[in-house]
Amino acid sequence: MSNARRDTTSAAEMEAIVTHAIEATRRAGASQVDVLVVEGDDREVRVRGDEIEFVKQAQGRGLGIRALVDAKQGRQTSIVSTSDLARDAVDRMAEEAVALARATASDPTAGLPEGGFATEIPDLELFDPQDRNVTLEARIEDAKRAERAARSFDPRIDNSEGSQASSGHARVVYGNSEGFLGAYESASHGLFSEPLARDGDSMQRDYWMTSGRKLADLEDAAAVGRKAAERAIRRLGGKRVPTCEVPVIFDAMTAPSLIGQLASCVSGYSIYRESSFLAGKLGEMIADASVTIIDDALLPGGLGSKPFDGEGQPTRRNVLVENGRLQTWLLDTYAGRKLGMASTGSAARGTGSAPRVGTTNLWLEPSDASSGATLEAMIAELDRGLLVTELIGMGFNPTTGDYSRGAAGLWIEKGEIVHPVEEITIAGNLGDMFGQIDRIGSELIRYGRTASPPVRIARMTIAGA
Amino acid sequence: MSASDSSSGRDAATSERALSFFRDRFDLNDSSLATALDTALERQVDYADLYFEYTTTDSVSLEEGLVKSGDRHLEQGVGVRAIRGERQGYAHSDDISLESARLAAGTARAIADETRPHAPVEITPTRAGHDLYAVATAPTDVPVATKVDWLNEIDSYARSRDPRISQVMASIVCQHKHVLVAASDGTRVADVLPLVRMNVQVLAADGSRREVGYQGAGGRYELEQLRDPARWKKLVDEAVRIALLNLEAEACPAGAMDVVLGPGWPGILLHEAIGHGLEGDFNRKKTSAFSDKMGQRVAAEGVTVVDDGTIPGRRGSINVDDEGTPSRRNVLIENGVLVGYMQDRLNAELMGVEPTGNGRRESYAHMPLPRMTNTFMLAGEEDPEEILKSVDNGLYAVSFGGGQVDITSGKFVFSASEAYRIEGGRIGAPVKGATLIGNGPDVLTRVTAIGHDLALDEGVGTCGKDGQGVPVGVGLPTIRVNDLTVGGTEG
Repeated sequence: MSNARRDTTSAAEMEAIVTHAIEATRRAGASQVDVLVVEGDDREVRVRGDEIEFVKQAQGRGLGIRALVDAKQGRQTSIVSTSDLARDAVDRMAEEAVALARATASDPTAGLPEGGFATEIPDLELFDPQDRNVTLEARIEDAKRAERAARSFDPRIDNSEGSQASSGHARVVYGNSEGFLGAYESASHGLFSEPLARDGDSMQRDYWMTSGRKLADLEDAAAVGRKAAERAIRRLGGKRVPTCEVPVIFDAMTAPSLIGQLASCVSGYSIYRESSFLAGKLGEMIADASVTIIDDALLPGGLGSKPFDGEGQPTRRNVLVENGRLQTWLLDTYAGRKLGMASTGSAARGTGSAPRVGTTNLWLEPSDASSGATLEAMIAELDRGLLVTELIGMGFNPTTGDYSRGAAGLWIEKGEIVHPVEEITIAGNLGDMFGQIDRIGSELIRYGRTASPPVRIARMTIAGA
Repeated sequence: MSASDSSSGRDAATSERALSFFRDRFDLNDSSLATALDTALERQVDYADLYFEYTTTDSVSLEEGLVKSGDRHLEQGVGVRAIRGERQGYAHSDDISLESARLAAGTARAIADETRPHAPVEITPTRAGHDLYAVATAPTDVPVATKVDWLNEIDSYARSRDPRISQVMASIVCQHKHVLVAASDGTRVADVLPLVRMNVQVLAADGSRREVGYQGAGGRYELEQLRDPARWKKLVDEAVRIALLNLEAEACPAGAMDVVLGPGWPGILLHEAIGHGLEGDFNRKKTSAFSDKMGQRVAAEGVTVVDDGTIPGRRGSINVDDEGTPSRRNVLIENGVLVGYMQDRLNAELMGVEPTGNGRRESYAHMPLPRMTNTFMLAGEEDPEEILKSVDNGLYAVSFGGGQVDITSGKFVFSASEAYRIEGGRIGAPVKGATLIGNGPDVLTRVTAIGHDLALDEGVGTCGKDGQGVPVGVGLPTIRVNDLTVGGTEG
């Protein structure tokens, strides 16, 4: 398959655009300014059955300017973004940014970091130069292999939503009026398969996926298809269970959502806004003593890794919870100033938004291998309870910690899987749930930016029939 | 609420404005559109289309009593699609020009290998037939200072309502979108879509307890309409009331019980439980729990559900969909029987039916998919009070946050943000937000009462599918649903 493509903007050109935008915004009247330019090149293919369903290719660019204008007792702020990188368009945006900032209130906390910018850009192995030349045909072939493996796994797999492969490259350049200018390149590749299983009246879907910074890091395509099919098949014949209180195991696909929800409540913004149930609990035990949670932006090849954050601060490894004790908030410069603390290098930034706190590679530490806590062992240990394999809905309230979500999974009696479960909810309070973690798996596999071994919570309410 | 009232002729004005916008600013005219489409058609493709978009979005937000930032975003580009059978090729560029459209067309047509001779494309103007949201002033042209002043008023008003209100966050978001669609069958149509929204969230604190209350509203109309104090003060009052109410809320019961859903936003039940399952793509592929159920009973007698993109000023309304098909009012379920799916062009063609005006996309960077517009159940005849009285022991759910559905198994959830126990036919104590879960294909068969009080939501819904968000609306009269699982903590 041939295709015509626009030449990508070179790194030097992108840096020149950033420098130009900073100067233009200062000229227009800003006392401080930072600029982010992102260029991405993405390909996506989906195969369903024997047919290619779609092939999508795109190149996109974006420029974001944050203008800060000095005012009485503080600074006024605006954010403007555009995909038009021509010099005159950037000049117009710069003027607009300053005019917009002047219409807002003066905020004594607003401003760029006072120094401390990253002085070197560590090589975090965020892409493999070889992968840049990956052809569409190769990714179509990956999707086809996953799809074939899923479809031929079992006669009950007779349909699918398809198997999808994606490859993207991005270049990020960030600079500010304090003299910082940094750039990095990254890639991400993924493969996803979503087959359907049918048996009589029961029809179920499930998925499996793999992703990584390098194509070589991806799980074998056929294995992705097989695992997806296996997961769909085991859901056939799912039913409700009676309302009860039992121990609940979250598997490696569902446990990460709990870790992510906890991390969102450690964000400095939710703390100064008093909208987190963890506000005021710094230094306190907020989870079982077996719980250690880490956010590390410097993990080589990590899907969330980056050499500097959205404000040019060096990134680092932050231990959020150590042996159950809350160690730190996640902070960018603004939230840090609000709380009288230093940034933790956790600013996330898109071209169209102000810096905000975000996680990078976030995980729950696995238990020691000597714990013998494989998922199989955790199931075998359970007298009566639920293994959760899928969660749906958004039933989590960060202000109170109240938790209630739709779930599907497998019912366990006397250490054996008895039948699939669906159309139930699991409910509790996230704070209590972390306090009641009584078993953590010994194996950590990173399926995405946020990862967790399987986790058992001693007691949750299941609502069912 | 009345259904669409489209006066013919008026639509020409909006479409003409959009066309001249792309002509004047980007030099796009019928002959350049045809040239770009011709590039795609040089290969063996069945159909090709171009989607040009120029969108300005601005938002101003307040917290801690300060309007801390103003944002303005410009999104522009062209998406080019080629279709052959079930296969689609898609490419997009952030540059609006004939050259980038031709380049993208060259990429999109890569799904087909063979070249072929073809007749040149002849562009013919398409008429929407209605003009649902023309505004005199683009919401993005309202001065920022006006929005800043308004936010400050919202802040002081909210704080004045109750001493327990300790935080107020509010925002005004305005969008003005120009689109132009041209297709190889000659379709050419343009539209201008305004969209406004106001959000307010308050935090109420009492001792160690803190609760949030949220309310928002919006649609495709003049920003002035929202700026009417009588209107926005009611929204702020609601946010305050919900936060204070939740300070008193008890743990929610768990288990299967009879549920009464209030009017308006609880219509999200329809969106999740049946709406997605009736989108053409899932039914063409037979991956929906509703596949092959056309003509069958899927709801109780008396239940009629429609998806209507033609209601003037609504957030989910569109003059034409993002493939140029005029929007319309589609009946999905009529008196309990499944009678219609929602279609885009591709799936309609493959299923041998007409497109229904539901081919929508988030932006030029996304391929169209069958999507909902405004989805609601028609009113019944019962008195809402009587419906509540009919329940001995159950839950009364008045407002909801988000929801989600598994199309294939049909299982859906939606989370209550305001709910009460019903005891002996009377509204009891408020309970904490809980998730409700059910099975799409049979939940509406257990609707045992339909109120006369149909209401549409305030205009805040965004629907996500395949990573694409589009604005939608929902609506519902008060209804009683038996045996729905309520996901609380009190067994």
